[in-house]
Amino acid sequence: MRDYVEQRMSSSIETLISREYQHGFVTDIESDTFPAGLSEEVVRAISAKKGEPAFMTEWRLKAYRRWLAMKEPHWPNVHYGPIDYQGISYYSAPKTKTPLGSIDDVDPELLKTYAKLGIPLYEQKMLAGVAVDAIFDSVSVGTTMREELSKYGIIFCSFGEAVREHPELVEKYLGSVVPYSDNFFAALNSAVFSDGSFVYVPKGVRCPVELSTYFRINSADTGQFERTLIVADEGAYVSYLEGCTAPKRDTNQLHAAVVELVALKGATIKYSTVQNWYAGDKDGVGGIYNFVTKRGKASENAKISWTQVETGSAITWKYPSVILQGDNSVGEFYSVAVVNNKQQADTGTKMIHIGKNTRSTIVSKGISAGEGNNSYRGRVQVLPKATGARNYTQCDSMLVGNRCGAHTFPYVEVGNNSAIVEHEASTSKIGEDQIFYLKQRGLSAEQAVSMIVSGFCKEVFKELPMEFALEAQALLGITLEGSVG
Amino acid sequence: MPLIEIKGLRANVGDKEILKGLDLTVNAGEIHAVMGPNGSGKSTLAQVLAGNPAYEVTGGSVTYDGQNLLEMEPEVRAQSGIFLAFQYPVEIPGVSNAYFLRAAYNEKLKAQGKEEVDPLEFADLMDAKLAMVEMDSAMLTRSVNTGFSGGEKKRNEILQMAVLEPRLAILDETDSGLDIDALRIVADGVNKLKRPDNATIVVTHYQRLLNYIVPDFVHVLANGRILKSGGKELALELEDKGYDWVTSPATAGAA
Ligand SMILES: Nc1ncnc2c1ncn2[C@@H]1O[C@H](COP(=O)(O)OP(=O)(O)OP(=O)(O)O)[C@@H](O)[C@H]1O
Ligand SMILES: [Mg+2]
Repeated sequence: MRDYVEQRMSSSIETLISREYQHGFVTDIESDTFPAGLSEEVVRAISAKKGEPAFMTEWRLKAYRRWLAMKEPHWPNVHYGPIDYQGISYYSAPKTKTPLGSIDDVDPELLKTYAKLGIPLYEQKMLAGVAVDAIFDSVSVGTTMREELSKYGIIFCSFGEAVREHPELVEKYLGSVVPYSDNFFAALNSAVFSDGSFVYVPKGVRCPVELSTYFRINSADTGQFERTLIVADEGAYVSYLEGCTAPKRDTNQLHAAVVELVALKGATIKYSTVQNWYAGDKDGVGGIYNFVTKRGKASENAKISWTQVETGSAITWKYPSVILQGDNSVGEFYSVAVVNNKQQADTGTKMIHIGKNTRSTIVSKGISAGEGNNSYRGRVQVLPKATGARNYTQCDSMLVGNRCGAHTFPYVEVGNNSAIVEHEASTSKIGEDQIFYLKQRGLSAEQAVSMIVSGFCKEVFKELPMEFALEAQALLGITLEGSVG
Repeated sequence: MPLIEIKGLRANVGDKEILKGLDLTVNAGEIHAVMGPNGSGKSTLAQVLAGNPAYEVTGGSVTYDGQNLLEMEPEVRAQSGIFLAFQYPVEIPGVSNAYFLRAAYNEKLKAQGKEEVDPLEFADLMDAKLAMVEMDSAMLTRSVNTGFSGGEKKRNEILQMAVLEPRLAILDETDSGLDIDALRIVADGVNKLKRPDNATIVVTHYQRLLNYIVPDFVHVLANGRILKSGGKELALELEDKGYDWVTSPATAGAA
């Protein structure tokens, strides 16, 4: 009986796993691309290209020299062939009139690309109450709603612009949460990062709209190394969304980003990601290697909340973390990671309790389908002075089919007796009885799987802004489409 | 034309043959009760009619509304009006009952080429349905069957049936585990939903239910076949004499 059902299930898995990636098109646009290879000259050239002040060039060079002495990490539970760092081009920018004064100067081809991705850079988004920064390959191609935001003193612009126009802020906060020496990929990013988004919300200001960045890798053989820095000054609030897509290519592309969040006294930063980089085909050819360092530092009474829905990339290596520096600060991590076909994800979080009465919550939902491999890796660290620290971790895995895997690696280090650390974990298999029940009520297999999985992820989805929650749910459906018959 | 005509139906679970040439015909407007010993294949019959892929049909035919039922996908069967109230309703954590019911209802509307309803329209519709099964609207916000008591699960099945208004409802031991009040409510629901153009197959172990839902026919399923059929008095007779009387008439007669 069991064999029989499993055989039936896996044969429908075979026939149904064939969903095409929807964002796999390539934009035909002239670009200014550096030849492949990395050296001090390349680092200097990137810095020069961007008209950076000396402190930036120096910082990049220090990072580069540090990187040369580092080794690629191999502790994550992911497997891939060696990456040829000299085979990658470290800068590619669409050729347009620079600098861009406003969104009206953006190349119509690029606007079309974003429209195709469902990201209109014009008024529609403004009506929806979202300001957008669009990053195409290495550079920001336009940021919307800037004037509106500047009325509140909020700065939302590309990183390159921030370096030119607000160097004092950049110099003060860049690397303050993720130093260039942090890890191999962070060092590489620090040396060669080309652009990204910058946000500054002044004291006591509640940012009235969602800020969002859409990242798009277009060129072949180009790495994307963007850097995002968000500073919420005392008592400020900001909610920030990040979305990503890339064309279908049969070579692997490297994406090594760094995100730093600084939440000063009493500030709140909510950072949501829906990651849908190209995942490679069903045989695991092509796809993005997504090696990302994301970390926030929370001062007294501040709160940092990470919510992520990871559906794309061939390999994901990502641990959004919070340093709970100040007393009573709060860190949250809500994550859904889905792998299908040959995708691999090693993701989780780190909560470092330094201040007193610091609290953290971790809710991780891993879904594995096809031959996908999903690992949760979480570290909860309570330092000796963190009296009254609390952590709650819930880590659930769901398996779809029999060839996928789910692994959890929780690490807990408690250096203060008053700390309370709770951990709950579960693994479930999507039941053929559940699917049949829903089909008996008239739903298709796809709807059934997507409904069951959405139910499984509910606690995370409810943390996402409405618009994003629907998008995330739809993406989940697409990623899993065909994973069960 | 009968609503459903089952001829010589054979079905396996794994390598084991459960249904061994079963015949049953149900016309619109009729209520049929199927009784029989534990493990005789009543649920198997219900599941096969609903299209559960865990059961393999090895022979015979089933014609539903003039179509070959066995070639239809389970969801298409459902959309064409076949409803199975499960003996063991399944839990779907995190999915609200309301969301699930509306999705199911909309699939049916879509299949009929009708406009889907939005959550507000659906809420209006639900008021009447909840009243019919005397269920509190709080049940709608809870996850499908999750943490429901045995009786609540069964009542939730009838709520779904009330929403979907099937042409052929198959109730697999919906009465088991119900208290007296719930039994009456469920039976009332079934009676209210009865129309000249639909039919119900009630699988039960208890004659008691048939006091509330009065069947036109009673069948005894044993050894993978319908061994005996009769009117509602057959249920009383079974209660009196047990199944041996049907399954091995020779010994029963000799006693
Ligand atoms: N999933 C399964 N795996 C193995 N055997 C099964 C499975 N489902 C049913 N069977 C077997 O098939 C036979 C018929 O089961 P079925 O559930 O149809 O009986 P039933 O008439 O509904 O019984 P009950 O009155 O106890 O509900 C039983 O012997 C049962 O053990
Ligand atoms: Mg049964």
